[in-house]
Amino acid sequence: MVMTVLRDEPAVLGAPGPRPRSLVSRPSVADSVFRRITYAGGVATVGILLAVGLFLALRGGQALGVAKWHFLTQAQWQPEGGVFGIRAVLFGTVTIAVIAMVVGFPLAFGTALLLSEVVSPRIGRLLVALVDLMAAVPSIVYGLWGFYFLQKQIVPVAQWLAVTVGQVVPVLAVTDQDGKPVSDPNFYTSTAFIAGLVVGLMVVPTMTSVMREGFSRAPAGEREGAYALGATRWGMIRAVVLPFGKGGVIGGTMLGLGRALGETIAVAMIISPLFAINWQVLKSGTNSVSALIALRFSEASQFGLSALMAAGLALFVVTLVVNFTASSIVARSRSGAQSEG
Amino acid sequence: MTALEERTAAVPATTARPGTTTRPVATGPAAPRRRLRGVTAVELFDVLGATVAAVATATLLFGRLTAMHGAIGWVVVALAAFLGFYALLASLHATGEEVKDKVITALLRTAGVVLFGTLVFIVLFTLFRGVSALHHLNFFVQTMWVAGPQDPLSKGGILHAIAGTLIQIGIALSITVPLGLTTAVFLNEVGGRFARFVRTISDAMTALPSVVAGLFILAAVVQLVFHERNGFAAALAITVMMLPIVIRSADVVLRLVPGNLREASYALGTSRWRTVWHVVLPTARSGLATAVILGTARGLGETSPVLLTSGISTVLNLDPFKGPMTSLPLAVYNFIGSPQPNQVVRGFGTAATLLVLVLVLFGLARRIGGRGPGTMSPRQQQQVQAESTRAAIRIAAYHQQPPAHQQPSALRQPPAPRPSDRPGAQPDHPEEPLR
Repeated sequence: MVMTVLRDEPAVLGAPGPRPRSLVSRPSVADSVFRRITYAGGVATVGILLAVGLFLALRGGQALGVAKWHFLTQAQWQPEGGVFGIRAVLFGTVTIAVIAMVVGFPLAFGTALLLSEVVSPRIGRLLVALVDLMAAVPSIVYGLWGFYFLQKQIVPVAQWLAVTVGQVVPVLAVTDQDGKPVSDPNFYTSTAFIAGLVVGLMVVPTMTSVMREGFSRAPAGEREGAYALGATRWGMIRAVVLPFGKGGVIGGTMLGLGRALGETIAVAMIISPLFAINWQVLKSGTNSVSALIALRFSEASQFGLSALMAAGLALFVVTLVVNFTASSIVARSRSGAQSEG
Repeated sequence: MTALEERTAAVPATTARPGTTTRPVATGPAAPRRRLRGVTAVELFDVLGATVAAVATATLLFGRLTAMHGAIGWVVVALAAFLGFYALLASLHATGEEVKDKVITALLRTAGVVLFGTLVFIVLFTLFRGVSALHHLNFFVQTMWVAGPQDPLSKGGILHAIAGTLIQIGIALSITVPLGLTTAVFLNEVGGRFARFVRTISDAMTALPSVVAGLFILAAVVQLVFHERNGFAAALAITVMMLPIVIRSADVVLRLVPGNLREASYALGTSRWRTVWHVVLPTARSGLATAVILGTARGLGETSPVLLTSGISTVLNLDPFKGPMTSLPLAVYNFIGSPQPNQVVRGFGTAATLLVLVLVLFGLARRIGGRGPGTMSPRQQQQVQAESTRAAIRIAAYHQQPPAHQQPSALRQPPAPRPSDRPGAQPDHPEEPLR
């Protein structure tokens, strides 16, 4: 509308004036091709994730249709007999992930603070590179270490925990069917505790690097302000670094949790599969969804595979929820830190 | 007190002449400088004393006073005792806040020592246990087809797994690099609401369980397309795992490209894709290489997707579309499933090979990516100089108007040190190259 008025005005005045330049830039052909190609890249990425969910749902649907709600409440896994559910494996997955977090969180939190606040920048850079390197070490290497070294070495610690602390905290006790404490070392191998320790160490590097990034985002002005007011280093960390790094801590923990929930091969190497709820984490026998899939898929029938797909779908949904929560928390904290300048 | 009074006396003078600062006159002996860094002798002896006491306590408790035994338990008890003794010693000559600060700093250092100690130990343990298999050259040039589980280490090897890993990673890279970098460019250079959505999705995909990726390829590719497990399906599964990692790290690198480089390019009338191709991507080249290498390192180590989609074999299979193709991590998993001690040693040897491969790749990534975006090596700088001189000559040939006495200085000092800034692209014909 404005354009019409502008164009008419010179005519009214009786003199042909210059036409106003259009400020809308038309993308060239090459540009619109470029835009379409990159757009297609983005669509493909989203498409892959959607396809993962879609195919698992399609192939797992058959088994889900047979099992119905019992899929969540049944602990046994005999798809050929029609009796199967993820109660036990999901419980095992969560147990292992919780132990991994109990071990991993203090280590990651402490190391991240150490790297960003305590050591000199030069050593810090070196150690950060080491942390990144450790995040790239294949999980099977951690699994080998857990199976051939940690398994033997940790048994005395587990026994001590079960005998002393276990009397007060029932989760740490190890008892036989009659409820009597046992100290036979065979009861203490292939446990959720060992698997959790290994997975915890495996996810610590990822957690550390996210947390450290959050901590180092605390602005220098506030840090020096705290020191100028007479704060000790810990006082400064508590008053400045932790509030600024809160998002990084939560996000890093969630990312670590997501990886711990999905870890497959190290868990499959260590545990001895058990299809029942085992509250005693120091006692042999546990399970996880991913280990179930890795150990059972080769001998599975068509229907058994469908049941495994359904289990995979459940794992997929759980990790997706954890990850979306994590990335939204990290993103929110990132924008907040930026506005502070 | 005198110093204070003098300073207050100096204040009116300052306010009288705005814009100037008066230094307070220093009188009397200066206070001793406060030490800001370094360790005092007392602090050092605190640490030493606490260490000795902790070691002594742990050794006494283990095997003598109580029934506790085992190396890990000893370490745990020693660390706990160290923190206790250190707090006690520090409280002898410091006040509450200071003690808290010292103890927590010691706690942080302990966490670091435990973590780095364990991680380095894991790597060394694998290398150490595998070294006896690596002695034999046949380990790298033979397959397990010629050797049974009970054969000595001088027979058989992991050539099939090395070849399988290289083929699978090659295929995965040929998909991941174009797709991942395109998506990263989309996130940064095109932007918009959909780009933010894609970023969220790819962030969420970074922690996609590897076994789920394997199941997906099993359902979508193996069962629907090939009707058998093969190396190509494994490569696709690895692609699904690598893609989000490459996108994420490339996204971070592209975000670091200075905005004024882009704007300079746009101000010269360059189109969008030319800006990306000639300014953004070359600037971020080293970082992008790092992103790809990091993704490769992760892809190399994936076990369960290959287990599900490719399966185990002991023969050398070079055709990714036919039959099972073992990769290095899968070979490790297979070896250690055997009760034979020689197979276990082979498993560790394979793991050590894989680990060395990952370490080398990672070192390469650090070396390439160590420089920030836009920082060039001397050789690159020479190339850029030569190119911009050529460009300047070309421009001079194109215009041919400027007076002769201005030309040489304009030629020797090209305006921007980048080969990509085509200064000739003018608003009138934005797509027309000068050459």
